[in-house]
Amino acid sequence: METTAEIARPAPISEPMIPSLYRIQRVRRETHDTFTLEAKPEGSEGIRPFAPGQFNMLYAYGMGEVPISISGDPADSRRILHTIRAVGAVTKAMRGLKPGDLLGVRGPFGSHWPVDESAGSDIVIVAGGIGLAPLRPALYRLIAERERYGKVVLLYGARTPEDILFHRELKQWRAQFDLDVHVTVDRATAEWRGNVGVVTTLLRKASFDPISTVAMVCGPEVMMRFAIVELQRRGIPSDNVFLSMERNMKCAVGFCGHCQYGPTFICRDGPVFPYSRIGLLFATREI
Amino acid sequence: MSFEGDQLPALFGALQGRGYSVVGPTVQDDTIVLDVLASARDLPIGRSCDQEKATYRLRSRPDQAFFGFTLGPHSWKKYLHIPSLRLWEAHRNENGFEISSGQEPASKHAFLGVRPCELHAILIQDRVLMSGDYVDPAYEARRENTLIIAVNCTEAGGTCFCASMGTGPKAASGFDLALTEVLQENRHFFVAEIGTDRGEEILSDVPHSDAGDDACSAAADAVARTAGQMGRQLDTAGIRDILVRNPAHPRWDQVAMRCMTCGNCTMVCPTCFCTTVEDSTDLTAARAERRRVWDSCFTLDFSYIHGGSVRSSAKARFRQWMTHKFAAWIDQFGESGCVGCGRCITWCPVGIDVTEEIAAIRSGTAAGKRPLSVKETPRGNA
Amino acid sequence: METLEHILAEHPFLHGLARPHLELIVGCASNVRFDPGQFLFHEGEEADRFYVIRHGKVRVALFAPGRGPITIQTVDEGDILGWSWLLAPYRWHFDAQAVELTRAIALDGECLRTKCEHDHELGYELLKRFSHIMVEYLEATRLQLLDFYGNNR
Repeated sequence: METTAEIARPAPISEPMIPSLYRIQRVRRETHDTFTLEAKPEGSEGIRPFAPGQFNMLYAYGMGEVPISISGDPADSRRILHTIRAVGAVTKAMRGLKPGDLLGVRGPFGSHWPVDESAGSDIVIVAGGIGLAPLRPALYRLIAERERYGKVVLLYGARTPEDILFHRELKQWRAQFDLDVHVTVDRATAEWRGNVGVVTTLLRKASFDPISTVAMVCGPEVMMRFAIVELQRRGIPSDNVFLSMERNMKCAVGFCGHCQYGPTFICRDGPVFPYSRIGLLFATREI
Repeated sequence: MSFEGDQLPALFGALQGRGYSVVGPTVQDDTIVLDVLASARDLPIGRSCDQEKATYRLRSRPDQAFFGFTLGPHSWKKYLHIPSLRLWEAHRNENGFEISSGQEPASKHAFLGVRPCELHAILIQDRVLMSGDYVDPAYEARRENTLIIAVNCTEAGGTCFCASMGTGPKAASGFDLALTEVLQENRHFFVAEIGTDRGEEILSDVPHSDAGDDACSAAADAVARTAGQMGRQLDTAGIRDILVRNPAHPRWDQVAMRCMTCGNCTMVCPTCFCTTVEDSTDLTAARAERRRVWDSCFTLDFSYIHGGSVRSSAKARFRQWMTHKFAAWIDQFGESGCVGCGRCITWCPVGIDVTEEIAAIRSGTAAGKRPLSVKETPRGNA
Repeated sequence: METLEHILAEHPFLHGLARPHLELIVGCASNVRFDPGQFLFHEGEEADRFYVIRHGKVRVALFAPGRGPITIQTVDEGDILGWSWLLAPYRWHFDAQAVELTRAIALDGECLRTKCEHDHELGYELLKRFSHIMVEYLEATRLQLLDFYGNNR
């Protein structure tokens, strides 16, 4: 897809396998297992511009690298944000990083959410769990240029209220009259006064015109599968449903072969795909 | 051009004199492998190889041909897309750490004895590693420092099917020099085709003469005959759709019962390029290093993401490899990933034959062309 | 009652129901309202009605000893709450508590069951609609059961 204005797809980096050094400015605890690292480049080069949906390969000294979606505002040229869930050795080591520590960063890589390309449309965003992190940059851009879009709906599902990410932003967004924000959890204790139910039920109740809607979906693959069933049931064409896929990655530049998904390389043809491109793959097990 | 067989040492001299390390076939452990050669005497003179499913046997020829065999388990990716490469190292300092990326300069290699199928494989890896948005600098450096002397095939192997894949038995382009060995009753010579200025320059140091029509047709005939002697065949018409559209074909379950996911096929395949990275530190963690090493899509971890592997069954992994090689590669790089060298058939310990598997899927039957023999009895999944 | 008939006729749950059947149902209907915190019913109580939520929010919860009430679903405007009235022994299997001020139409279970016994066509129409709702809730519950936000995929 061709982009129009400012956020063009960044030019390929000349030494893509060598990490740049970034210094951690701040570590914010989001939930019991999820945290956000804010970092600035250590050297003289500035932050490389990125498009919403792109990711970096982050390196923890001596431990290894992981692909992490960039979760900050593309308009922020001073620092870069990554929201990380501590699930393996490398991400657990990253959780131990402190302000002042160094982080290796390679990127940005991959395809992006069609934010610019969807000007004029209604936007429905369906996020599940950590899936809200790769979508947050898209939300920042949509809000920054709100007048270019029709309805903007955010549907977000988390496991429990304690697992909800970005509480402050969600509150701000919910308070905006021109954004439709609905949050649900899979289960809750009595203090929670919001919705309880799987995120696809929010989709059933959301109102939007399928002919002029672009949907952006990110979350566990199972969740995306059922969300897409519902989106298609409502009549959104597959060309206008975008999802972010994930696979094992080692190089992020199309050489190691690990991230292949059918004929696509998720590191360069994805991670964001229109559903029309991968629908058959999505329905095939173990591919 | 042509030159006599006993002038082969002069070719070595011309190469070594220009600083090239000559790499070529040689016998080690009853197998013809690729290694650095000191002289023409290191070539597998008078040796040949019999290859079939799960079978490789070296034997002696009645003559003294230098290149009277086809292929061994090594391919030239051993020297271009090397098995283990240090990408960079990091050192702790008072600031945190720093990364240094110096690469050792690549040595100059002359590949002597590159078969046409292998030449295609090198060009295929060129496309994978150098033609996209990113270029692999280590591969590019080695490639630039490599001189290629191809050798056309005058005998086909038991598992060869280059004719089906359009990659041989004659080298068409991509070489500096291409040789065809001709053994006649009273003459043993090479017909040499010049591919580049560099090749011409090398040849100028080897006593040679105009080949003459007889010599040229002898060479051409030998090669042309080979095309009709292939041990295997593969119908490639519509192969991409056949594989992409049949992820649930029962044949995949059948072959999965035999496949041990050992990954031999990926190790010997001249186009397989998958790698992984290994991050390590020394004992005090003062120094950290990242290496890139060969990997295989047959390993369980290959597709691991938080919690499990996407392709955990042998069926899924075999399907991934074969579909990538023969179908997805076409979508990704505009050509097939297979050159018909047949190594995967020879070196598969249970004798899985890709030409058979594809024919079975094409014909729609689970049983395939041939009944299973005693050697091929199905076994449970590893 | 006229207002109730109008409201019920418009509701998607009863969409397509023939007028005589609609009138039968309205005969079992009443307007209800719950303040925030008020329970609609408790687990184990007799399930003598079901609710068509008009607005507000109700939490469906199960009490787990040591953990307290766990909310497993919320229903709001447009949702149907309760199917235990359909099947003996007609007991509620969970608690329902209003989270916000909630207005609903309550439909008397025994009244409806009697009418359905006499008019099997009405019974079939209601069961078709309830099956649809139960399947929807079952599928949603299954997805929640997968716990797909958890650590394993």
